[in-house]
Amino acid sequence: MTLLETGVRAVPPEPETAAWSGPATASPTLPDPLMRIAGVSLEYRTPARVVRAAHRIDLDVYEADRFVLLGPSGCGKSTLLKAIAGFIPPVEGEITLGGAPVRGPGPDRIVVFQEFDQLPPWKTVLQNVAFPLRASRRLGLREATERARHAIDKVGLTSFADSYPHQLSGGMKQRVAIARALAMQPRVLLMDEPFAALDALTRRRMQEELLDLWDEIRFTLLFVTHSIEEALVVGNRVALLSPHPGRVRSEINSHAFDLTSLGSLDFQAAARRLHERLFETDGSAA
Amino acid sequence: MTAHATAERTVPPIRPEIDRVLPPFVEAPVTRALPLGARLWRQGWLRKALILAILAAVWEGLAWSKDNDLLLPGFTATLSALAGGLADGELIERVRVSLAVLAQGYAIGALLAFGLTTIAVSTQFGRDLLSTLTAMFNPLPAIALLPLALLWFGLGNGSLVFVLVHAVLWPLALNTFAGFQGVPETLRMAGRNYGLTGLAYVWQILIPAALPAILSGLKIGWAFAWRTLIAAELVFGAASGKGGLGWFIYQNRNELYTDRVFAGLLVVILIGLFVENVVFATLERVTVRRWGVVR
Repeated sequence: MTLLETGVRAVPPEPETAAWSGPATASPTLPDPLMRIAGVSLEYRTPARVVRAAHRIDLDVYEADRFVLLGPSGCGKSTLLKAIAGFIPPVEGEITLGGAPVRGPGPDRIVVFQEFDQLPPWKTVLQNVAFPLRASRRLGLREATERARHAIDKVGLTSFADSYPHQLSGGMKQRVAIARALAMQPRVLLMDEPFAALDALTRRRMQEELLDLWDEIRFTLLFVTHSIEEALVVGNRVALLSPHPGRVRSEINSHAFDLTSLGSLDFQAAARRLHERLFETDGSAA
Repeated sequence: MTAHATAERTVPPIRPEIDRVLPPFVEAPVTRALPLGARLWRQGWLRKALILAILAAVWEGLAWSKDNDLLLPGFTATLSALAGGLADGELIERVRVSLAVLAQGYAIGALLAFGLTTIAVSTQFGRDLLSTLTAMFNPLPAIALLPLALLWFGLGNGSLVFVLVHAVLWPLALNTFAGFQGVPETLRMAGRNYGLTGLAYVWQILIPAALPAILSGLKIGWAFAWRTLIAAELVFGAASGKGGLGWFIYQNRNELYTDRVFAGLLVVILIGLFVENVVFATLERVTVRRWGVVR
């Protein structure tokens, strides 16, 4: 009934800080991944040509992961997220969620977009959060409203439940979008640079709140960003994608870092490693 | 860096740091009310009433300088003719006849427009159909179809409703379609993300998101319909003995009751103002303005 229903405090498997250079070989002790992205290539069409956005991506996301896709613009990370959400069909490979292949958008994968216009402006905060619950016919009006109120409390917007989106600040709108996604209790929560349009201080606070929420509910999160710092803070595992077309360059563990480790030496070392791999030039790998 | 270089460059002075504990701010209120004049000026109805008063005064002045009631009766003369028409019930009956026909034509036209645009957003064929039809018929004046309508539907309400539907359908369909096209991609994806498809998607995402454009289409359609109706009534007059407002104007012109002609025109204008400033303004206030999608 409540958001805490996921109860089992799942902790993502954290393979012993594997040697950074070694490929992440799945050890036999690992559980089955919740979501498997297997050999997925993605293309999009412009009027003149077909562009390959991502090439043969392999990624495994486990229950309660905070999985970050990090990369420069043009590495296809947002396209990959849209493919997982079901908006774009892969040209090869397959995305499976809990063993079943992903076909088309669905309420088991709720997306929090970067843009503030993801909230229908004709609905109040409460109606916005209850909207997907009603639209997907999961709950009746009363239960939906009740659960929506609970989710709004969680993100600290209780006193704004009856406001319209245009009366909220950017950070509050994103909180509504997060509450809306959490209320749906999706199997995977997809976030496409959700804090990129916020000012730096608000962004910091939102990251903190997101981590607190995760700590409480233990949802599975797939998070796209182009900020190294954000990737290390938010994620427990970071996949680094290289651009044109997007391919997986590295996967690193970042479960040790949170907002308190921002200045620490380990954090700086990890950030530098990512930085080197992001900005390496062809042939002269760091 | 040489000593010479440092001497040349201006270096900002190093000042002592400042660190003060701020007490709660109580010297003056943080927000204060606007002055009365500014608050009154913010009232839209007051500004518009002022414009109307100025226009009435100019009219009265012109009529007074012409001093010819047959050509240009003054504002007060028109008002008294209007009062007379309202008192004996004739004008009210005429308005009722006109508005009843208008409501029929408007409702049918709006329904057809929504049907057409719903097809247009879902299929390529529908889009082609809509763009071809609007390109063909939108420029065609509704009144030009009246002779044809009279042939088909005879002297009666049927012909009027036909030309009204023509007047409403095309501008409303064009505006609604443009509004649908302008719905942000993120909002569309958000809707599909929750599993909305087909009519539920159109009804719950596209129509509310396109409401500013739909409302402006409804307004344009209303204006076209109203002017078409009055013109049509002027041209072919009373259907089955019960004429509308246009017929009232035409009849009184023939009998040279110029003040009653003006009273009829004034009613046309007043109804237009009422629909625009009360009906549509209310509709906008409870929807698009409340949602903050238009200013």
